[in-house]
Amino acid sequence: MALDKPYADIPGTTIFDADQARKGYALNMFCTSLMKASNRERFKGNERAYLDEWPMSEEQRQAVLARDYNRMIALGGNIYFLAKIFATDGKSFQYAAALMTGMSQEDYARMMLSGGRSPEGNRRKGEQG
Amino acid sequence: MARVTAGVATSHVPAIGAAMDLGKMSEPYWMPLFKGYEFSRQWMQKNTPDVIFLVYNDHATSFSLEIIPTFAIGCAGQFAIADEGWGPRPVPAVQGHPELASHIAQSVIEADFDLTIVNRLDVDHGLTVPLSLLFGERKAWPCRVIPFAVNVVQYPPPSGNRCYQLGKAIRRAIESFDDDLDVQVWGTGGMSHQLQGPRAGLINKEFDTRFLDRLVTDPEGLAKMPHIDYLREAGSEGVELVMWLTMRGALDAQVNEVHRFYHVPASNTAVGHLILENRRS
Repeated sequence: MALDKPYADIPGTTIFDADQARKGYALNMFCTSLMKASNRERFKGNERAYLDEWPMSEEQRQAVLARDYNRMIALGGNIYFLAKIFATDGKSFQYAAALMTGMSQEDYARMMLSGGRSPEGNRRKGEQG
Repeated sequence: MARVTAGVATSHVPAIGAAMDLGKMSEPYWMPLFKGYEFSRQWMQKNTPDVIFLVYNDHATSFSLEIIPTFAIGCAGQFAIADEGWGPRPVPAVQGHPELASHIAQSVIEADFDLTIVNRLDVDHGLTVPLSLLFGERKAWPCRVIPFAVNVVQYPPPSGNRCYQLGKAIRRAIESFDDDLDVQVWGTGGMSHQLQGPRAGLINKEFDTRFLDRLVTDPEGLAKMPHIDYLREAGSEGVELVMWLTMRGALDAQVNEVHRFYHVPASNTAVGHLILENRRS
């Protein structure tokens, strides 16, 4: 029997569950490797060659090269692991969050200062019509 | 005998640690947040415990996807500050309490909670930001700390009720320890926030306020809230709040709310903070 996933209808949200974790294992372990300064240097020196050392799918490698975080998440990435990539790039959590929402960092920061994204209309897919 | 004197809940946003480490506390963005902890620091000076049992989560720092313990208790004598990718935070190493930690581990496992015992653990912002918020900048932390890591990275985290019942078992374990120790139990993480995907930035003040209210007056009922409610209402990372229930489970049914603070935003997150005291202490 398939797992019950009542969270599948939350818009703009991917829950890092057993299936995602299995898909993203190599991608996330690549991210973990970036916690070592020497690995960060090697990655920055030649991203493509460094990515080729990991048993990731070509799609996952392309998503990393493009810094497409939504794509990485769809392919099994977890935000706490992906954070090692934007930390390597010298970027903040707020930078990455803004990027994933498609907003400019200024607009995103302004939204947060005025109380954040409202749950109204954001609880279930299709609520916003 | 050891006794549980109080519980503290607080968010553990990494940007708060960075703001402290870079001396940005008096900037307009951060000032209101640190003001909310002024009372707490004074209270902590008067009520410094011997040991803090600190419930937190690791953020893909010491636990990668290789090993994912649902509940892990740190039994070492010392815990180094982790390098999370930009160098360790400039805060003192954490001194553990191996005797009490291993006493709790054995007691709680015998009470049907299957903990993972960890004798080597680098602690990340999930543990150090709460210490910094409550103690400020220090050359050494003023008490021992037992780190207790809960998996909230790979879904599902343990249920709210499991965390709450575990808190009760931890209290019984603490109170069966022979040494005369004052112990506080802290729960960290939350409140509403979502760090990923197009819905990032979600904040739900109504949910958070109700969570704070119910944690004080109706923890039994609150513990029954299913994960889907956290995810939908408080954001995908808001489910960290189950860790607060472990703290609450370690306290009396009736507690005094000594302090409450709520602030939006710290980076992407709603910050919540409570100090609760057992009435009999």
